[in-house]
Amino acid sequence: MTLLRVENLAIDVARDGGSCRLVHDAHFSVDRGETLAVVGESGSGKSLTALAVMGLLGEGLSVSGGRILFGDEDLAQMSPQARNDLRGSRISMIFQEAMTSLNPVRSIEHQLIEGMRLKKRLSRRAARARALELLAEVGISDPERRLKQYPHQLSGGMRQRVMIAIALACDPELILADEPTTALDVTIQAQILALTSRLCRDHGVGLVLITHNLGIVARYAQKVAVMYGGRVVERASARQLYRAPQHPYTQGLLASVPRLDLPRDTPLRPIPGAPPDPTVRLGGCRFHPRCPRASDLCATEVPPFVTDGGHEVACLHSGSQSSKPKGAAA
Amino acid sequence: MASYMLRRFIGSIIVMWAVATLVFFMLRFVPGDPIAAMLADAGGPDEIEAMKRNLGLDRSLFVQYAIWFQNMLHGDLGNSIYGSRVAVTAVLAEAIPRTLSLSLLAFVIALAIALPAGILSATRRNTATDTTVSLLAFLGLSMPDFWLAILLIIVFAANLQWLPAIGYAPLSDGFWPWFSHLILPSIAIGTAFSAIIARMIRSSLLEVLKADYMRTARAKGLTPWMIMFGHALPNAMIPVITVIGIAFALLISGAVVVENVFAIKGLGRVLIEGILNRDYPVVQGAVLVVSAIFVFSNLIVDLLYGVIDPRIRLN
Repeated sequence: MTLLRVENLAIDVARDGGSCRLVHDAHFSVDRGETLAVVGESGSGKSLTALAVMGLLGEGLSVSGGRILFGDEDLAQMSPQARNDLRGSRISMIFQEAMTSLNPVRSIEHQLIEGMRLKKRLSRRAARARALELLAEVGISDPERRLKQYPHQLSGGMRQRVMIAIALACDPELILADEPTTALDVTIQAQILALTSRLCRDHGVGLVLITHNLGIVARYAQKVAVMYGGRVVERASARQLYRAPQHPYTQGLLASVPRLDLPRDTPLRPIPGAPPDPTVRLGGCRFHPRCPRASDLCATEVPPFVTDGGHEVACLHSGSQSSKPKGAAA
Repeated sequence: MASYMLRRFIGSIIVMWAVATLVFFMLRFVPGDPIAAMLADAGGPDEIEAMKRNLGLDRSLFVQYAIWFQNMLHGDLGNSIYGSRVAVTAVLAEAIPRTLSLSLLAFVIALAIALPAGILSATRRNTATDTTVSLLAFLGLSMPDFWLAILLIIVFAANLQWLPAIGYAPLSDGFWPWFSHLILPSIAIGTAFSAIIARMIRSSLLEVLKADYMRTARAKGLTPWMIMFGHALPNAMIPVITVIGIAFALLISGAVVVENVFAIKGLGRVLIEGILNRDYPVVQGAVLVVSAIFVFSNLIVDLLYGVIDPRIRLN
């Protein structure tokens, strides 16, 4: 059964009396025990989409269209109180900045157990016992000692492990992980991702993994949604997406990632141009100014999704390998 | 931490010594002398000489300083050289509880107002509540304490007759007599302090509310109360405590002026009378006590840092 289904989500920011659309059409779903990667450049709206699912959009930001279906309830229509009840207990989130996402003046114990005490009505003793289990589960040695410590006494990797423990504390059904490893060393990155995806699979938790790193996608996600300029442009299984990317943007992204399985002298091909400025109105496909295959039609018509065996793409000129620009990596 | 506190403690003693020494010499350079203040034009040269000798003022400045300093180390601050020549320690023992009662009550009242005001204006930023709090804080900061004191006396003592206008009752007379005499002067002193702290809490909270860990707290689905008191305030209070330490000076100096309006014979009153009479030992003793209050309130602030911030406590 589908756990989370985001449909045609639009997010606006209020500015100078008017408003400006940052996310135009986010559209994806994730099942229990499944990992969905949402991939895109900075500014593609992937983090905003996650915050909208959490109900934690900042001041001035609001959901202006679409639905966020969690089970059969539309989160976008829920009262703030009902959403707060869901947060932490059924949906939780792991943030990007492991170093600053923990409160510097509260002990690890406090930060781990307060949610359990509130949401699961656990006694202090029971919550503490569960906290010790959680720390052991996320691979922190000597949990008894760590529980008494403060964030500044922990390394970045350990802090992110604590964040994962906090996210898992109340047995949520869905976890949103917003670039959980960008602030960490490369060796730690792999450990944290492996840990997160394993724990989510073991506990049957749906995981939305937000990242700009396509390398991550291949190893840890079953499904991928590619976002560009506030719109999801391609959805597929990770395998399909790697084998045969359909959208010119996805193809460009893959061509710009260094790969060890290609000949050494294969040049990296960056995508020319820059992501669209959300304050400038842009008709048609969001990618057309940078697209090697753009036609006049692309500037006026928003491409609909076309499905081909579960591989969905929103491009008027989508194509397989043959129609790809010469030299792009498969 | 322990060695840090020891260093701070020794530093505090040195500061107090420096203040005491400075005051000792500065007083001697103030125009006018105690003999003239006491005898007015009544005494002849012989009487003046006799009195000087009697009070030890005929010796050189440095000998006077050495004697005073040595006595001070033994807990003897000398006798008033004016009137009945009571011991300075006795004068101070009477005055200190009054000033401390007054400033501590002012402190409590000020915090009781500043904390909710600061929290409200930060959480409802740019609303009518925020504007009102800012305006009141501006008003509170702009009103001179002695003027506010007179205003309070006119309204609550003279017109409404709810509270006594002047004087002091020790706590041993009962809570209400003590409290009723102190409440108006406390408000007069605490208003400006409260305004400063409320503004500080507002700006510090606004900063903290933007922090990543606040987003984490919200993502846990905690209640607004848990988010404010469990996560935001413990962080926001760190810079506020610094300001409280500095602004405590404001309370003491406010007390000096306001005690005179309310005819409370506290440290401020003692200090002013002492200066007018050129009563050197009394002024020196009072200044020593005031500087001790300063130094130790700052020491307490430093200790509080350690309590509130584990990064300081554990390093």
